[in-house]
Amino acid sequence: MIHAHEAAPNPLLPAGYDIVWSLVVTVIIAFFFFKYLMPKLNAILDERAAKIEGGLALAEKAQAEAASAKADVERELAEARKEAAGIREEAVSDGGQIVIDARTKAQAEAARIAENAQRQIDAERQAAVVSLRSEVGGLASELASRIVGESLTDDARQSRVIDRFLDELDAGVPSGAAPSRDQEA
Amino acid sequence: MVRVIVTAVLLLLLWLGVRRAKLVPSRGQSIIELGVDFIRVQIAEQVMGKERAKPYLAMLTTIFFTVLAMNLAGVVPFLNIAGTSRVGLPLVLALWVLVVYLAAGVRKHGVGKYLKAQLFPPGIPWPAYLLITPIEALQVFILRPATLTIRLLANMMAGHLMLVLCFSATNFLLLEGGGLIKLTSVLAFGGGIFITLFEVFVALLQAYIFTLLASIYLNFALEEEH
Repeated sequence: MIHAHEAAPNPLLPAGYDIVWSLVVTVIIAFFFFKYLMPKLNAILDERAAKIEGGLALAEKAQAEAASAKADVERELAEARKEAAGIREEAVSDGGQIVIDARTKAQAEAARIAENAQRQIDAERQAAVVSLRSEVGGLASELASRIVGESLTDDARQSRVIDRFLDELDAGVPSGAAPSRDQEA
Repeated sequence: MVRVIVTAVLLLLLWLGVRRAKLVPSRGQSIIELGVDFIRVQIAEQVMGKERAKPYLAMLTTIFFTVLAMNLAGVVPFLNIAGTSRVGLPLVLALWVLVVYLAAGVRKHGVGKYLKAQLFPPGIPWPAYLLITPIEALQVFILRPATLTIRLLANMMAGHLMLVLCFSATNFLLLEGGGLIKLTSVLAFGGGIFITLFEVFVALLQAYIFTLLASIYLNFALEEEH
């Protein structure tokens, strides 16, 4: 390679201007890349990476927040449900209590009414017995005095007297009786 | 001249792309970011690791875009010659890589230790150093930049020759050929189209290889004792 033909220019041996211009453009391009392109692109890429990471973190945070909010809601819902169940249970037991109360009250009332009625009946019966006893006694003694006042020999008369007495009783007018009782006294 | 134009165009395009660089990228910015990110992730970080690659990202990016733009100039009408098909530019870039990796090695290990690690690789019986050390010295100081230079130069020059060949053949056959010979110009023209597309591919590939090798050499220099 080194001993190439002297006549033709050796492509491996650079001409002076070739090297110089190559150097110049290389330096220019290198300067551009080192000072402008790479810093700028790197800054952009870094910023983008940071932004993406930030976005991911943000998304994660939002997700966590949503999850916690959901848990809160569920917990509140469960609490409310429990509370509702408690209220319902209380209402049921209250209702039972009320029914029982009402029933006992009604029974007591009924018993009281029945007792009153019984008492009244007893009292009336007592009064009736008392009045009957006095009246029957009076009647019996009047009848006896009448029978005795008339001649007791005559059977027919006797029976007539009894019939008349009974008629008087039936008529309910003790007009004849009173003078006879006075008579006896 | 070609190189000055290419430089101007490259810088203009990149400047337009990132002039109003935003978090939400425009189309141009996306494409540039794609390129820069490709170099960072696929080349530098893969070869050297994230931390070690960081200080050299700007340099590797510069090299990649320079080589790519200069290579592509070979298929641009009216420029028609790759900036890298003259020895100057590949040589400058290769020397830059050489200086940077020597400096990186020396700064990391110190002159003596770096040279010792490079020239006297451990784990070899000492007589072998008679053979190994000159080879390693040649390798580190000459062969690496030389191969970088020549690989790029030869690729682009060969591409250029192929293009010239195809299109001049088309021209010649069409205008000078008699009768049916004219038809063969179609073949030559088809070859020219194929070579053009191939050159675009080679331009990308060579830019990638140049950058990849640069990062590999840097990695060698920065590596712990091996």
